[in-house]
Amino acid sequence: MKVDHAALSKEFIKDETQTDWHNATLWFLRYKRDLAAGKTSDWEQLREAASQIKKHTLTNLPNYLEEFEAQAIKNGMLVDWAWDASEVNSLITNIFRENGVKSVVKSKSMLTEECGLNPHLEREGFNVVDTDLGERIVQLRKEMPSHIVVPAVHLRKEQVGDTFNEFLHTEKGNSDPIYLAQAARTALRKEFVEADAAITGVNFGVAGNGSVVVCTNEGNADIGVHSKKVVVHVMGIEKLVPGIKELGVFTRLLARSAVGQPITIYTSHYKKPRSGTKEYVILVNNKRTEIFKDPDFRDALNCIRCGACMNTCPVYRRSGGHSYHHTVPGPIGSVLAPFYDLEKNKDLPFASTLCGSCNQVCPVKIDLAGLLYKWRQIITSETKQPPTKEIAIRAGAKLLKNSWAYNKVTDFSRLKIIGMLSKSKLNPWNDGREFPDFPKQSFRDWYKNNKNEQ
Amino acid sequence: MLKIGLFIPCYIDQLYPEAGKASMSLLEKVGCEVIFLEDILCCGQPMANSGYLKLIQDKGYQKDFLDVLPELDFLVTPSGSCTYHLKNHLLKGLSAEESGKVLEITEFLHDVIGPENIHAEFPHKVALHQSCHGLRGLNLAVSSELQFPKFSKIENLLKRVKGLDLVIPENSDECCGFGGSFAVMENAVSVKMGEDKMMTILKENSSIVTATDSSCLMHLQGVFDKNEVEIKVMHIVEILNAEG
Repeated sequence: MKVDHAALSKEFIKDETQTDWHNATLWFLRYKRDLAAGKTSDWEQLREAASQIKKHTLTNLPNYLEEFEAQAIKNGMLVDWAWDASEVNSLITNIFRENGVKSVVKSKSMLTEECGLNPHLEREGFNVVDTDLGERIVQLRKEMPSHIVVPAVHLRKEQVGDTFNEFLHTEKGNSDPIYLAQAARTALRKEFVEADAAITGVNFGVAGNGSVVVCTNEGNADIGVHSKKVVVHVMGIEKLVPGIKELGVFTRLLARSAVGQPITIYTSHYKKPRSGTKEYVILVNNKRTEIFKDPDFRDALNCIRCGACMNTCPVYRRSGGHSYHHTVPGPIGSVLAPFYDLEKNKDLPFASTLCGSCNQVCPVKIDLAGLLYKWRQIITSETKQPPTKEIAIRAGAKLLKNSWAYNKVTDFSRLKIIGMLSKSKLNPWNDGREFPDFPKQSFRDWYKNNKNEQ
Repeated sequence: MLKIGLFIPCYIDQLYPEAGKASMSLLEKVGCEVIFLEDILCCGQPMANSGYLKLIQDKGYQKDFLDVLPELDFLVTPSGSCTYHLKNHLLKGLSAEESGKVLEITEFLHDVIGPENIHAEFPHKVALHQSCHGLRGLNLAVSSELQFPKFSKIENLLKRVKGLDLVIPENSDECCGFGGSFAVMENAVSVKMGEDKMMTILKENSSIVTATDSSCLMHLQGVFDKNEVEIKVMHIVEILNAEG
């Protein structure tokens, strides 16, 4: 099977009940977002402020990165830099070897997913346990997250029940959410106790005081950070905000945009290591400077990974996160993915109707639809396109600029045979739809016959 | 008398001539001098949205528009997506004044002519689909995502139509799934979106659906016909031009 978005989503949609449920579940998050945004009187000003703060911070990124590093070192953090995914992975491997770490508890970090850290650590002989409930579910199933905030949203509770029955030995057929959550909690407590180190992602890095801020609803990042002697925070270089005051704008927006909560249950500021603890911050580039180079695409680095663009996207809701075959799915994923592998991800900017709903929920006002449009222009010139598409577009472009040919062809299309062809299976339009009847007269013909004579 | 250049997009010319006729008639009714831009067949939006903006620029699609624009007070189009494409892509770089002359037809009727000058009668129940490019691209209304006071040029105009029972179905501003070449390249999702839209319209027991773009309506009509659902599609100008 061809692994592109169209084929994968076609497969997803085959189960219509599941698709409808998936659509409704994500729409519910969008609905809750609307309620939360509606209760925030300065919502649109907040979005504008967030967008401007990000723009400012990115424009001055080198300075803020140096300020952050200096502050963090002053606080006693161990700061390191990674150019790409493989450097992240080897840095962490070395940290673990130096400190005799054998097992690690991780709290959600899309960045470590992006870098393929889990499979790398497993290959190197470490035991890695994801501790966010959703992330743990997909890890047990050997799947990728299908959403960046609700990673197991493609699964129903019955499927989770089966997975837990297999791996955590819960009762067969029991899919009561409270029962399953309790079972996961019990199992995870054991992992937390046994692990030697903790890894967290980072939502925001505060340049002014060198702290990293991690937002979770489950408190799992905190259990790891507060109980381990070796702690690693992995942070993309675009995560910086200038200071605490600016941070407040983003903490007001993040959870509201994501799921409609006023704020995440835990917003933890990690500033200084406890005594006897080694706490590392790894600043990761991994293509971010590539994205930075183009002033239009630079806005994509504004992203605070709230997932609102996925929840609102009518395509994402009906095709599932896995159909995007990239770590980050949905509109923002389709903007980022081509930077990582243009050939493999060249279908993704086309997996959108450019409806623009994502632009308007985005808390940092990224012009997602505009960037998808821009990618389309780049992709058709830099990669091979399906020959049928290329031929059809070129023929169309020629025809629609030539009145003589246009009139000939369109006169011809009034013939019965063309009408029949356009309504037949040969026309791909008719898969799931019917082509309209050609009216007897085009507008032009009507105009010629009626208006010109007046 | 305002001098209007009427651009009729290719698919309206070929498949929905009634929308073209209603546009012309309505513009004349409100007192404009209407010049049908007969030589401009297409704005190139289908190609540009598929990633071939450069191709249509190389073929000089912009030239015909640029040639006529100085002679007109306004260049009006009964399509939100074509207007959006003209202003933001094909004719990008126009001065604000020149760009301000390129208007989608409901935008023109609302902002230049004024809703109070619409005199129509259409005693039917009609469901509204809010086409994306007009809505979010041209700000014909405040979309459900934005936390600004509710406002809709489309509804302001339709409110002027005598006898009209306008219904706004649930998720009326969610995309119908057309999306140009998306409709064919991503057929499964496109059709599913159309079917979901159909269900929201059926819930309202409305036998007519209207929008600012015939392309959305063509897709929806295709889905209705396939499912043997009797809902008629009408471009908004056909309703604004209707006489009782």
